[in-house]
Amino acid sequence: MSATTVTLPATPRVTLRLVLWGAVLALALIPLLNQLPESSALHVGDFIVSVTGKWITYAILALAIDLAWGYTGILSLGHGAFFALGGYAMGMHLMRLIGPRGAYGHPVLPDFMVFLGYQELPWYWLGFNFFPYAFLMALFIPGLLALIVGYLAFRSRITGVYLSILTQALTYALMLAFFRNDMGFGGNNGFTDFKELLGMALNTPLARAMLFYASLVALVGSYWVCQRVSISKLGRVLLAIRDAESRVRFLGYSTTQVKLFVFVLSAVLAGLAGALYVPQVGIINPGEFSPGNSIEAVIWVAVGGRGTLIGAVLGAFSVNALKTWLTTAAPDLWLFALGGLFVAVTLFLPRGLVGLFSRKVQK
Amino acid sequence: MTSHTILYLDDVSVVFDGFRALNNLSLFVDQGELRAIIGPNGAGKTTMMDVITGKTRPTGGTVKFRDTDLTLLDEAAIATMGIGRKFQKPTVFDALTVFENLELALKAPRGPMACLRWVLAGEARRRIEETLEEIGLTARAQDRAAILSHGQRQWLEIGMLLMQDPELLLVDEPVAGMTDQETEHTAALLRRIAGTRSVVVVEHDLEFVRALDCKVTVMCEGSVLSEGTIDQVQHDPRVIEVYLGR
Ligand SMILES: Nc1ncnc2c1ncn2[C@@H]1O[C@H](COP(=O)(O)OP(=O)(O)OP(=O)(O)O)[C@@H](O)[C@H]1O
Ligand SMILES: [Mg+2]
Repeated sequence: MSATTVTLPATPRVTLRLVLWGAVLALALIPLLNQLPESSALHVGDFIVSVTGKWITYAILALAIDLAWGYTGILSLGHGAFFALGGYAMGMHLMRLIGPRGAYGHPVLPDFMVFLGYQELPWYWLGFNFFPYAFLMALFIPGLLALIVGYLAFRSRITGVYLSILTQALTYALMLAFFRNDMGFGGNNGFTDFKELLGMALNTPLARAMLFYASLVALVGSYWVCQRVSISKLGRVLLAIRDAESRVRFLGYSTTQVKLFVFVLSAVLAGLAGALYVPQVGIINPGEFSPGNSIEAVIWVAVGGRGTLIGAVLGAFSVNALKTWLTTAAPDLWLFALGGLFVAVTLFLPRGLVGLFSRKVQK
Repeated sequence: MTSHTILYLDDVSVVFDGFRALNNLSLFVDQGELRAIIGPNGAGKTTMMDVITGKTRPTGGTVKFRDTDLTLLDEAAIATMGIGRKFQKPTVFDALTVFENLELALKAPRGPMACLRWVLAGEARRRIEETLEEIGLTARAQDRAAILSHGQRQWLEIGMLLMQDPELLLVDEPVAGMTDQETEHTAALLRRIAGTRSVVVVEHDLEFVRALDCKVTVMCEGSVLSEGTIDQVQHDPRVIEVYLGR
């Protein structure tokens, strides 16, 4: 994989920081503008709030992928699985909070369990009524899965396309598993009809705004973490691993350990993104595990420019903006457009959108 | 094996698809020793270094660093034990600057968290600057390694080896692509390192080997053909026949 890091000279770095904070502020205004009366010229509709809130969580997922792929060369085509697991953990919490308000009115069991004849809550559902526990699980479960899969793969030195296939198979297998009713996760319907979160009724402007801001804070925090990694010596070890892994080993670095660290961190961020996504879209089902989702997320990063962090965020926003527009304007065209976009970026813009702004010549 | 032996290879064989790249090779290197290894192309010199550094597992035989069996360890563990290597084909990290390449090689804790918290303190910076001076790349410190010439990459690799501060240095063809003056400098550098460190140098350039002024081992077809001073081996009829005479 060729080097694609973009190093900006000092002045543009400052400009970049200003642009970034400007963008964050602009985003932060969206829920406020939503509060203005509809007659106001500056009013922003509910749709914009919920759709941007969703994109923010996608941007976190893109950052996670960029850290693994752009910096370390681990092209995971299964990051959607970590995102979905984080989403399911949050979904379980939201299901527990429905309580007796379900269609069957059972005091504890979610509707689908009553329907399937469950007598009591499966053991792995215990504790999910408690928000901190559910939130921790949304990070812990993806991290644990990444730890196990990463350990097995990296220790056996599975890299490149084999690793991509492996991760793709992982998310596919999870999708099939979550489709099954006897898994206890609602089968193909997944979870929906959520009522509240942290005492706030969902589907109110307040809840929408709160979730939006929580996502924005999570995005800034994730960016900070990734940035912190990338500017440290660890970040340089990652680039070295990406470009010449075996040489790094001869310097005494356990590349298995380093890659595992990054892969787990990346999965945790993906889980965080998923946990913020689900209450905003109000549904989670096994479709979130579909291999296509993971590939799409990788394309966001490629379009934005990998190995730059900011490119990942930019890619997630721009590709999804295009998708939102196109799926209403010409729904049949979306997959062709996505494929075409990927080919075009690979051929003509190998450093992504970010490459347009930074003229520094790279090899 | 004497108590001063730091590297001990006994009866080592490596077989690639029926081809014996190393054939019952035995070689002992003392603490503080400088040793030159010569031999025709394909003699197994690089393969021997691969075996010591954990890149290739021997089919049979004993490979020890002091009392540790190296055949049980992976590349990273062997490197952290104090065995550094310069590759025949220089491999530096193109995406990083010359300075960053050296910083990465600098002896320091290697774990992910340690790397995350790493701060380049005065002492480390001074060592890197010294090494930059030694390898003549001070002016290129902030350039990407990708734009270095072949000779400069050789020097950067040597610099990275120095940064690791290993007890045993394995140096594979260090002077290929260097000018006469640089070759002399390299010989002087390696002689200076030896004494406190053990150094094994593989080289085809006999002038350079002579300048190293050390014991020479001649390898051929995967085993040791002859051993002695450069004058002794140059007059060994077997060596003349397979290597020098052609
Ligand atoms: N991984 C491998 N698979 C198969 N054969 C190999 C492998 N590595 C080395 N060989 C063979 O083993 C023999 C010894 O190679 P080696 O590189 O050790 O020689 P060398 O003494 O370093 O030669 P040179 O002076 O050309 O560098 C060669 O014939 C080579 O083709
Ligand atoms: Mg060789």
